[in-house]
Amino acid sequence: MLSTGITSAAYIASAVLFILSLGGLSNQESAKRAVWYGIAGMGLAMFATVFGPGVGNYILIAVMVVIGSFLGVVVAQRVGMTEMPQLVAALHSFVGLAAVFIGLNAELELSTVRQLMANGGDLGDLTGFGKKLAAKDAVEIAILKVEVFLGVFIGAITFTGSVVAFGKLAGKLDGKPFKLPGGHILNASALLACILLGMWYTGGSGIWTMVAVLIISGFIGWHLIMGIGGADMPVVVSMLNSYSGWAAAAIGFTLGNDLLIVVGALVGSSGAILSYIMCRAMNRNFVSVILGGFGASKGPQMKVEGEQIAIEADGVATILNEADSVVIIPGYGMAVAQAQQSVSELVRKLRARGKSVRFAIHPVAGRLPGHMNVLLAEARVPYDIVMEMDEINDDFPKTDVAIVIGSNDIVNPAAQDDPNSPIAGMPVLECWKAKHVFVSKRGQGTGYSGIENPLFFKENTRMFYGDAKVSLDKLLPMID
Amino acid sequence: MKVGTLKEISEGEQRVALTPESALQLQKLGHECVIERGAGLAAGFNDAEYKSAGVTIASSAAAVTKACDIVTKVRPPNANEVKRLSSSKTLISFFDPGSEANLIELACSKGASVIAMDMVPRISRAQKMDALSSMANIAGYRAVIEASNNFGRFFTGQVTAAGKVPPAKVLIIGAGVAGLAAIGTSTSLGAITYAFDVRPEVAEQVESMGAEFVFLDFADEQADGAVTGGYAPISSPEFAAAQLAKFREIAPEIDIVITTALIPNCDAPELWTEDMVASMKSGSVIIDLAAEKGGNCKLTVKDTRIVTDNGVVIIGYTDFPSRMAAQASTLYANNIRHMIADLTPEKDGILFHNMDDDVIRGATITHAGEITFPPPPPKINAIAAKPKEAVPIKTVEQVKAEEAANFSKATRQQYSLLIIGGAVMLLIGAYAPASFMQHFIVFVLSCFIGFQVIWGVSHALHTPLMAVTNAISGIVVVGALLQIGSGSFLVWLLAGAAVLIATINIVGGFMVTRRMLAMFQKS
Repeated sequence: MLSTGITSAAYIASAVLFILSLGGLSNQESAKRAVWYGIAGMGLAMFATVFGPGVGNYILIAVMVVIGSFLGVVVAQRVGMTEMPQLVAALHSFVGLAAVFIGLNAELELSTVRQLMANGGDLGDLTGFGKKLAAKDAVEIAILKVEVFLGVFIGAITFTGSVVAFGKLAGKLDGKPFKLPGGHILNASALLACILLGMWYTGGSGIWTMVAVLIISGFIGWHLIMGIGGADMPVVVSMLNSYSGWAAAAIGFTLGNDLLIVVGALVGSSGAILSYIMCRAMNRNFVSVILGGFGASKGPQMKVEGEQIAIEADGVATILNEADSVVIIPGYGMAVAQAQQSVSELVRKLRARGKSVRFAIHPVAGRLPGHMNVLLAEARVPYDIVMEMDEINDDFPKTDVAIVIGSNDIVNPAAQDDPNSPIAGMPVLECWKAKHVFVSKRGQGTGYSGIENPLFFKENTRMFYGDAKVSLDKLLPMID
Repeated sequence: MKVGTLKEISEGEQRVALTPESALQLQKLGHECVIERGAGLAAGFNDAEYKSAGVTIASSAAAVTKACDIVTKVRPPNANEVKRLSSSKTLISFFDPGSEANLIELACSKGASVIAMDMVPRISRAQKMDALSSMANIAGYRAVIEASNNFGRFFTGQVTAAGKVPPAKVLIIGAGVAGLAAIGTSTSLGAITYAFDVRPEVAEQVESMGAEFVFLDFADEQADGAVTGGYAPISSPEFAAAQLAKFREIAPEIDIVITTALIPNCDAPELWTEDMVASMKSGSVIIDLAAEKGGNCKLTVKDTRIVTDNGVVIIGYTDFPSRMAAQASTLYANNIRHMIADLTPEKDGILFHNMDDDVIRGATITHAGEITFPPPPPKINAIAAKPKEAVPIKTVEQVKAEEAANFSKATRQQYSLLIIGGAVMLLIGAYAPASFMQHFIVFVLSCFIGFQVIWGVSHALHTPLMAVTNAISGIVVVGALLQIGSGSFLVWLLAGAAVLIATINIVGGFMVTRRMLAMFQKS
């Protein structure tokens, strides 16, 4: 049995390991080492806790850990890289649910301890957490209750929100925004109800208040995320990431466990920064994304003149064969069509002919921050030709061919040209400055956001209609 | 509907308005094709090829016109050809309606619809049927080839064992479609190419083709091509003088001049004067693509090649597209095919002459017994690049002042954040118990470390970042482990469930992160 001091020392070590593990993600090579720091930190923390003071029921722990590990391994091995957004959302929901359980447990323990104290029972029988509770004074108990409230509230929002996000990303729920009548007023009144219940709870009403908070905040999470469209999912997922961190931190406060607080704060701030980066990449503020819908338009949008000119695979091949520099702009459409392998094959062929081929990745391409990078990495595209928007945007005028595969808003010139466009001011990839632009797209529709894209009507743009994978497979044999 | 194509009767005209390829496309639109015997011979398409493309061969022009609902040809029709039309027929060809009022009257009195390919408005939607542009493109290419044919030297500079050859210097005046095509051909032959245009906004296009734009020292606001339908407007006398002075200055160095300057409904402006010709080297070549409208050089004789006293060759041919009949016919037949495609929107072989369509309305000069020329101005402005707005260049002081302002703003922001943050901390500290404050310190510092660390994460690794944060937020398992030893069954159950799902998170998160990171490979 480890002493409290040793346990604390182990916690310090694992907190440091976690920080190193996040810091190591600054580049691809050190990241491979960093993930081992994370694993070591987690192992250390669990070991120290299990064999630390005040823990019992080892058989149950062992059973649960074995089952959980088994399920985790199965999930991690089966998941395809295009399904990463769903997986991340699902994992968030687990953290949220666990936080809710632990919060409720804290309340249950608290009432047991208080009953014991009121009946003048033997406090010496209490173990670990119970002992800590018994030692708390009135103010500390009140603060503890606030912490329990926060843990349950944030945890429940994270849980239902992530479940909805999972459903939307996996295509099990309709991606379109959906709101109940009343919209945000409904959310606001639900929030108010939660706060009122929270006050009753700190005032001494029983556990029913917490169960009510659980249900109502679950509703908020569901309704909030239902109201957000598919294209805003990168923000939603990183926001839920942040929430799961704050929920863990709140639990840490409840249990008086510094390691939980440290990790919760790290994860929370990581998610917050990701959300901020995503919002900046869409030139929208966080509140407007979360409340759903684009900002109000200031006037009629510019009318798009001209027509979309289609091209067949042989035409694309001819121009690609002559081009020296090619930039590929992948988007969610590539993931949907599972075309990353074909794209990679195209890149390999073009590079074998001595052409310069690079990828331009917009921060919000896909449904998860960095989603495209992972897909391309899976298809064995070397990461040093995958560029960020700021690195490559100035190179388009010198580029012979830009190929847009399944992206739309992130290459919309209206963001720069039309002050009335809903996406005005959003930084976009200026692919229309290349000599030729090919757009691989299913059909003539406007896509998720419903915003007309003048790029498709430009003189140097040719539309390569059809499923991205099928089109590319048709194109591949013609490249020589 | 039957689409018939006439043999060209103008002397020397070798083009044809239908190719076997375009015939196949027309048949896809539900039309039948008929062609006059031998119409494509001069362009290199014999009757057998047409037959195998499913085209019916008719013996005479009259027979074609009689049998067909749509009649197509290249050159403007003569009176005979127009007389054969009747009320149900549509003629599609070049027409030059501005100078052929009588013919329009005649066609109108016959009740026929006439679509003039030279009246197709210059908007982007109509580019595929803009026959003037396709012909100008060929003329520009051919002009350079013709010049090379008459020029006794290489275009490209060479250093050979027998001595050094300097590259030819080519000046192209007018950077319209023909001018740009000429620039492209000339630079790819290796000549040093200069180009001039009254619209300074085309300088970018010129330079993108590899030529050098000749800028004038002229301060005034210059012509904006966008107002006049993409064509060059007439320039002011001062501007014209500045332009001539510039040409005079460079004339002695230039080996080949290709002039393409035309102004709609005007005689061609004189841009290359006699004294410039006189100052050129012997053996130099001038190709005047404006010869039809009097020429940009007054010495040009229409349809003829002349040699001046000082040995400069001046070519005034007007039939450059016809000199490349196979290419010209292919492109023209495609233009016609696109026009007919727009006239049969349902692809069912039924003609729908939609006078509300800007393109069809603009090109139609007679329809339903009425003369519809000249057309109303199109609703859409023509395609011509807008002049760039000048970006004000900041002086060093301005840049410095801006930097200083930004710096002090950032400083102020940071100070106010620190003050607010400090005040909030004090407030919490005043009410919360010490045990809470101990944890709170940890919390705030961790947030701070988190912010510092996460900003350094590469954008490409955001997905692995989310997966790994997911895994480490499974640390809530510690909370559940602390509670699992409790005696109460409910607590026991909930804590057990929490351990289970948190473990899934931890193991799944770390494994999937490892899988992802292993995929990132350097080339």
